[in-house]
Amino acid sequence: MAETKKLMQVKAPMSGVFYKRPGPDEAPYVAVGDRVKKKQVLGLLETMKVFQKVKSPVNGIILEIVAEDETPLKDEDLMFIIEVV
Amino acid sequence: MFSKVLVANRGEIALRVIRACHDLGIAAVAVYSEADATSMHVAAADEAVCIGPPMSAESYLNIDAIIDAAKQSKVEAIHPGYGYLSEKAEFAQACKAAGIVFIGPTPENLRLAGDKIAAKTIMQNAGVPVIPSSNGGVDSLEEAISFCEEIGYPVMVKASGGGGGRGIRTCADAPQLAEEFAVAKMEARAAFGNDAVYIEKVIQNPRHIEFQVMADKLGHTVQLGERECTIQRRYQKLIEEAPSPFLTPELRVAMGQAAVAAAQAVAYVNAGTIEFLVNPEGQFFFMEVNSRIQVEHPITELTTGIDLVREQILVAGGAPLSFDENDIHKHGWAIECRINAEDPDKNFFPSPGTVDDFKVPGGYGVRLDTHLYKGYELPIFYDSLVAKLVAYDRTRQGAINVMKRALREFTIGPVKTTIPFHLTIMNDSDFIKGEFDTSFVERFLPEEEEDD
Repeated sequence: MAETKKLMQVKAPMSGVFYKRPGPDEAPYVAVGDRVKKKQVLGLLETMKVFQKVKSPVNGIILEIVAEDETPLKDEDLMFIIEVV
Repeated sequence: MFSKVLVANRGEIALRVIRACHDLGIAAVAVYSEADATSMHVAAADEAVCIGPPMSAESYLNIDAIIDAAKQSKVEAIHPGYGYLSEKAEFAQACKAAGIVFIGPTPENLRLAGDKIAAKTIMQNAGVPVIPSSNGGVDSLEEAISFCEEIGYPVMVKASGGGGGRGIRTCADAPQLAEEFAVAKMEARAAFGNDAVYIEKVIQNPRHIEFQVMADKLGHTVQLGERECTIQRRYQKLIEEAPSPFLTPELRVAMGQAAVAAAQAVAYVNAGTIEFLVNPEGQFFFMEVNSRIQVEHPITELTTGIDLVREQILVAGGAPLSFDENDIHKHGWAIECRINAEDPDKNFFPSPGTVDDFKVPGGYGVRLDTHLYKGYELPIFYDSLVAKLVAYDRTRQGAINVMKRALREFTIGPVKTTIPFHLTIMNDSDFIKGEFDTSFVERFLPEEEEDD
């Protein structure tokens, strides 16, 4: 019997530019399928030259990375979908 | 003289330069990113050229796009403002190669100012007091530890190619140095593409006092007095004033002479700033040369009566300085508050949004440099500085009173700004007495949350 997945949406806390990786030559913080811990860094959001870390609110598995790398997001835009485990 | 100048910047400083061009009867060309089409500097200019997408790396830092815009609009010169390409020797060089005058220092000046170790050595040789520091890059931890035993802790490990307060680590003792040294090198490489670091003794309870210099291409160098820039948060200046309430007439003369010697030692041309740290005993130490017009230049303009940006343009055109040291009659007191779109209640985090509510201060003794207008949407891509509010009066207390009145009149909303924070400081008894050091602002801040 299929179990209903419990999903968690991670939204942008404010408007800013989303970065998947810490630097241009570095690996992304997370990829689809990765198991993440609560408070683990998922990406960066740059607002007016200040960077903030976007962290996972739960322990889970990354189902989808909705936000596109190096693109501007608006306040509350969906960034990640995580399956809570 | 030039008939048309391109302004390679945005925000309040682009507007400031465009105004100076207009005062001189020069046409001004703005450049803008796709995110800045509705910006004030575009509206104020005589022509405007879009130079690329919102991200600064693809627009305001894009040398090719800016040189193309300059050729297309047939300008004779480019003013870089501050930040962005203003201190990039490569850009000054590219202007030269394209037959366009760069309104600023020479490429050699810029190269040297960017190399903090080399600059220090030259200053030392010119007899300008410098902070005890390693004479060159420090490669190994062993070398670092033995040097620190010589000069004494605390010390700072600094990136040779750094600036703007970035790439600095403070170490209280040898164990901490052992821990931080490798990290500092890595950070330097990541941030500046160069892992060279040097070590500098920490000057305890310092004040940050800088001198404005101006030099023409004919060998005249003049200093226009000091600016007190001690009120900082994380090495970012918040409030500046001219003159400094700390300097005695003797110290002012000695530092002014050192500033001129420093500029001459590097054959400096155009507007520049010599930064010093001053300890409580009144000893001063050269810190660095800022090879650009600075954010806080208006307080010098108000206390000397000289338009520094206009002078920059004239000097770049080959004119001699329009004044000498005897023409500068410093008078009165000026204070600048940097108004940032930041939320003081949320650890000064940026506060983007639309400026729906906007009422500007005015009246006697108030100068406001801002690119905001009612209905303007602050782009998320750029710096949070949105206005420079400057108060002027005959005395320091008079200037504080004007500033308090202007801050109370100034309304920006719903975006949050540092206006209330500045009001708190203007009412602080130690600020009013002029007694502070670079740690002053910390007492007004909540303990910062560890963001890890």
